[in-house]
Amino acid sequence: MDAILVQAQQWLGPLFPLVWTLLKVVLVIVPLMLSVAYLTFWERKIIGWMQVRIGPNRVGPWGLLQPIADGMKLFFKEVIFPTVADKKLFIVGPVMAIAPALALWAVIPFADGWVLANVDAGVLYLLALGSVGVYGIIIAGWASNSKYAFLGAMRSSAQMISYEISMGMALITVLMVSGSLNLSEIVHAQSRGIFSSMGAGFLSWNWLPLLPMFGVYLISGVAELNRAPFDVVEGESEIVAGHMVEYSGMSFAMFFLAEYANMILVSAMVSVFFLGGWLSPVGFLPDGFFWLAVKIAAILFFFLWIRATFPRYRYDQIMRLGWKVFVPLTLVWILVVGIWMMSPLNVWK
Amino acid sequence: MEFKTILFYLFAVLTVFAAVRVITARNPVHAVLFLVLAFFNMSGLWLLLQAEFLAIALIMVYVGAVMVLFLFVVMMLDINIERMRQGFWSNLPLGALVGFLMVGEMAVVLTGRYFGLESFPAHEMPASYSNTKELARVLFTDYVYPFELASIILLVAIIAAVMLTLRHRKDTKGMTSSAQVAVRSRDRMRIVKMASATELPATTADQEGDKA
Repeated sequence: MDAILVQAQQWLGPLFPLVWTLLKVVLVIVPLMLSVAYLTFWERKIIGWMQVRIGPNRVGPWGLLQPIADGMKLFFKEVIFPTVADKKLFIVGPVMAIAPALALWAVIPFADGWVLANVDAGVLYLLALGSVGVYGIIIAGWASNSKYAFLGAMRSSAQMISYEISMGMALITVLMVSGSLNLSEIVHAQSRGIFSSMGAGFLSWNWLPLLPMFGVYLISGVAELNRAPFDVVEGESEIVAGHMVEYSGMSFAMFFLAEYANMILVSAMVSVFFLGGWLSPVGFLPDGFFWLAVKIAAILFFFLWIRATFPRYRYDQIMRLGWKVFVPLTLVWILVVGIWMMSPLNVWK
Repeated sequence: MEFKTILFYLFAVLTVFAAVRVITARNPVHAVLFLVLAFFNMSGLWLLLQAEFLAIALIMVYVGAVMVLFLFVVMMLDINIERMRQGFWSNLPLGALVGFLMVGEMAVVLTGRYFGLESFPAHEMPASYSNTKELARVLFTDYVYPFELASIILLVAIIAAVMLTLRHRKDTKGMTSSAQVAVRSRDRMRIVKMASATELPATTADQEGDKA
């Protein structure tokens, strides 16, 4: 392996870092895209079961080829441009939606040392690029030259900015207790503690001492994803499909991919920040990628579950929850954690 | 040539291109989006200088929040592009003069000799150096009072901005969320206990009628 790398380095010269990084990126993106495809299938199945239906079961054994069939269909559909749409921005919209959704995976640690870019300011990177995702929706909404799409864009920009604040504030407590902005360090910090030394590692993870922040982060994550019950951006019964109403074929599929890639990403972030990332819950089992995958799957199931359970929030209620409940709560909890850390009861030493 | 050098020229060219397009784009929404592109490339340049905190803060604050609100406002405006461009040629000479003066002054200041940049050592940092941590250390020790003062001034400004634009209209038909949340089911619905009534068995005549 090393011999091949050295050869490639000589042959490609200054372009070697680019090619090598792109290769690693493909190793992350291909499994991600497959997971996205089967997440859509899994979502339809689970919601079907919860609502006493069967769900897709026609294409392939147990309906397993359904996402492939859906993808093929979208791929061969015509991309329709509205007559007075801003054509360039109409194409840039979906690209801007999916680009941050993929770029954010660069700093997620899959296991100890398995990370594309082990940057020091990983949390800041996540917050920064996470806030860029809203551009896809705004640009799409404006470029479509449609009232419904524009309403969706306006709603999403207000909602995303509001919930980013509570998300960031909730993360501040995580940073305080782990003392680092590096995601791998945050996971390592969760492996230390009284319970962890007694073999019950899952009680040392951040979710327990930072329980209110765990809740705030999880709910803000759902709001940030524009998913039910916070899906006023799409709001089928009010504004048809929001920013996506004029899109068809692959341009629509890109929004879809971005939404599901973001779902998996938020699940991975919750696992890393609060559920110990790749750490094993009990002392006698080895750590590894398997545990991260299990945690991501569990949180994804939670997202699907609440979609099947709750009705949509009204717009002003969303704003109220974000600004009048979550932001004050996080501010108070930052203070509480600060005092806790200074007191003799500090559990994070 | 190092890969970093290629990146530098890529970011630099894109920054200049985007900055020029900000002022030449006909559509204000396009201009704002080009400004976003310029911010992105500037942050790339800062990353090359290992100032990762500033680079990411630029994206987080400006691209993620300020420009979104800016775009929000610009998209709402109904701007007549033709009227905006009226008087372009008559204002051009003065504008160009001011522009060239500013570029000239910046060139004098920033080309290096003014600040004696040559006498400084090259910007080399050890791998363990964390820009974010160093900034925080300085901000919260040496400059803690100015820092807190600045944040209080910002807080006052935020509250003032909200209060200045807050108008309570008397004729709006809003709902009070706290009152809605406080509602309990027993306020709306009363469950009454009633004695159960036995239903009479259906007569044969009715059954006949059902069949018919």
